[in-house]
Amino acid sequence: MFLINCPYCGERDQQEFKAGGEAHIERPKQPTELSDDEWAEYLFMRKNIKGVQFERWNHAHGCRKWFNMVRDTSNDEIKAIYKMGEKPPTQ
Amino acid sequence: MRNKYSVFSLIKNALSYHENWQRAWKDPSPKKEYDAVIVGGGGHGLATAYYLAKKHNMNNIAVVEKGWIGGGNTGRNTTIIRSNYLWDASAGLYDHALKIWEGLSQELNYNVMFSQRGVMNLAHNLQDVRDLKRRTHANRLNGIDAVYLSTEEVKKFCPIINTSPDIRYPVLGGTLQRRAGTARHDAVAWGYARGADAMGVDIIQNCEVKGIKRNGDSVEGIETTKGFIKTKKVGVVAAGHSSVIANMAGLRLPLESKPLQALVSEPVKPIIDTVVMSNAVHAYVSQSDKGELVIGAGTDDYVSYTQKGSHQIVEGTLNAILELYPIFSRMRMLRQWGGIVDICPDASPILSKTSIKGLYFNCGWGTGGFKATPGSGDLFAHTIANDEPHKLNAAFNLNRFVSGDLVDEHGAAAVAH
Repeated sequence: MFLINCPYCGERDQQEFKAGGEAHIERPKQPTELSDDEWAEYLFMRKNIKGVQFERWNHAHGCRKWFNMVRDTSNDEIKAIYKMGEKPPTQ
Repeated sequence: MRNKYSVFSLIKNALSYHENWQRAWKDPSPKKEYDAVIVGGGGHGLATAYYLAKKHNMNNIAVVEKGWIGGGNTGRNTTIIRSNYLWDASAGLYDHALKIWEGLSQELNYNVMFSQRGVMNLAHNLQDVRDLKRRTHANRLNGIDAVYLSTEEVKKFCPIINTSPDIRYPVLGGTLQRRAGTARHDAVAWGYARGADAMGVDIIQNCEVKGIKRNGDSVEGIETTKGFIKTKKVGVVAAGHSSVIANMAGLRLPLESKPLQALVSEPVKPIIDTVVMSNAVHAYVSQSDKGELVIGAGTDDYVSYTQKGSHQIVEGTLNAILELYPIFSRMRMLRQWGGIVDICPDASPILSKTSIKGLYFNCGWGTGGFKATPGSGDLFAHTIANDEPHKLNAAFNLNRFVSGDLVDEHGAAAVAH
């Protein structure tokens, strides 16, 4: 997966990027009303999919902007890249 | 009946040109039903089966492995064994394993080539010095042998280390655990497989789990590529693929699976007779009995199941190795590989019951599971047989991510995470 197409800078070497983990985990809207189980779910539990996964990446040694990526973790193939706030592609 | 390995059996078989050695384990087809099934035929899974049969009289059990035994992370790690962990819970867990290692070859009648050559952890900045001294004290309070070494003592113990104050990350000191060392990783899997098989455990290779059948909140069996196997107890020891199995059962785990790389050099004459780890510059090195330098690199920061890893990770590790050991500057590397490690948020393992009755998980060992193999098997067998954790693995339950009672070994154990 050595080239990543930053939506702001274009294709750059993977070394310039930092992985930011699973995407679309929403911060709880009512934190004070969350149970311990729900906190554990939000903070720690991860899908960790073998296959197509949605994740966040940061162009840490470039524009420093965050974006989303759809990637197959079984072969590291990048399926799609989209900006933060944009709707994730459906397949 | 299993023939015992001894000098006499060696001579006897030498006289017949080594053509009549007995199979070390059988190659059975799965039965319809078992009292318990272990998913994953690596060191931890085979050790679990061995102790279930040996200490808990559970002989009608099976180990199912999707590839071949010891072909995953058991054959991919850098074989380092130590127990100098900071927290009481970790110290208890890893030293339990180290004590079993000390008698393992005799117990299994299989030479696991356990070598207590010592493990040295280096300090490269003042915070390292403070952390390592603190850890040394914590270890000694827990009855684990540990000494703090000055720069001169480091140089004396391992003369090829560059202790010049002029290097980018100078060596300011280090710790030494003399009881620590290495073992032959494949032999551990083979020894446990042979031992378990002799007690009636079915070791079924090329048998991938495709589903976990539940009846409400209880386990009923597993779907495999060799058909359905009925069982009330399933112990999952699938390392990097733990989340894949958990998803089959509808269970969520706090794991991320990432590639961890290692590499070996061409074989040379004995040059380093201990294990040296350096957390700050992320490099660790030892020498195998064949003469290869065994070098451990770091994990990538993204989830991947590819068993490869990125080039810059290896480059960073080799930069550090070259500065610490200028003598290796012309060594050529022979092989490089990756293994998929399942990492917990607190970098401690999970040996636990789950919300599903009869489903147990042994996972989250991350970058450092090999050293714990015998202890992990022993404690996980106890957990499965009694449906209750042993006191040494009680802290490593899955519920700690809900209660907040984490065992935060991240960086605190001088582990190269």
